[in-house]
Amino acid sequence: MAALTNNEVITKLSDQFGHKVTGINEPYGLLTIETTKDAIIEVLRFLKENAGTGFSFLTDITAVHYPENNHIAVVYHLHNMVNKIRIRVKVFINEHTPTIPTATVLWNGANWMERETYDFFGVKFEGHPDLRRILNMDELNVHPMLKQYPLEDPNRVDKKDEYFGR
Amino acid sequence: MSDINIVDAPPGIEGSGFFATSLDKVVGLARSHSLWPLPFATSCCGIEFMATMGSHYDLGRFGSERLSFSPRQADLLMVMGTIAKKMAPVLKQVYLQMAEPRWVMAVGACASSGGIFDTYSVLQGIDEIIPVDVYVPGCPPRPEAILDGFGKIQELVRNESGRRRHSEEYRKMLASYGIE
Repeated sequence: MAALTNNEVITKLSDQFGHKVTGINEPYGLLTIETTKDAIIEVLRFLKENAGTGFSFLTDITAVHYPENNHIAVVYHLHNMVNKIRIRVKVFINEHTPTIPTATVLWNGANWMERETYDFFGVKFEGHPDLRRILNMDELNVHPMLKQYPLEDPNRVDKKDEYFGR
Repeated sequence: MSDINIVDAPPGIEGSGFFATSLDKVVGLARSHSLWPLPFATSCCGIEFMATMGSHYDLGRFGSERLSFSPRQADLLMVMGTIAKKMAPVLKQVYLQMAEPRWVMAVGACASSGGIFDTYSVLQGIDEIIPVDVYVPGCPPRPEAILDGFGKIQELVRNESGRRRHSEEYRKMLASYGIE
């Protein structure tokens, strides 16, 4: 079996999805594509189930907050175990309406990854069977990785700026 | 043969065939040398505690040979390590399960103040949720420091009035933590 290259994957994706797949890039050799909220599940399904690509392993789902242009990027990492190549799929969604379809329809392993992404970034995965916090305490009323929330605990009393000459 | 040390009798009135002192002092003396600690160890301070319980430092010399792994039998809650906010209700429940009289020792910077973990997910000192009797500083504290803190607890136990746990101040203090 001939080794699958990044260029072949790009060609297959372009043939299948055309302009729905954009931002194709290879930073540090890791194939990276962008797509839209509407197309993400079809793109993931194509990558997972199409024999020519076969990215059957979901490595991770996470997110990145870009407050300067009101974006949250939901990032999917897939791994092709047979051909030993990886792909990164990004979807930019609006930070005020952070919804995206769930990937649990494709991988059961997406369940906890999406719960974690919801916990830290507040991304609501539509159709997720059990979308609640997974790592932080249930009473936490913020999504702490969004950049408008301070990292430090407000109850800390011994780190006043005056002690540090700030 | 080794020398066997016996604690001195508390101050009292002594005569031929009798010795009189107050009940508080006798109970305090006995309790202070038979504390059953409950180790609540979550990180590196717990490793130092293991050294403290080992033969070299040997907390057993001070009457605490027997650790209690049930809060219902324990006298002293030793909290050693970072307490995440998600762990806080568990720690509070353990404290509530202990019978009075109970004492609490916060070992190390994290249990005392949150330490280096000044972040949204970590409790900034266990005194946000339960009352603490003795703080042991250090990151982590050496076994000598833990023993010193234990000695401070013994001192508190020895000198505690039998009425303290029934006093209005004590009830108010517990109420400020939302207990009872």
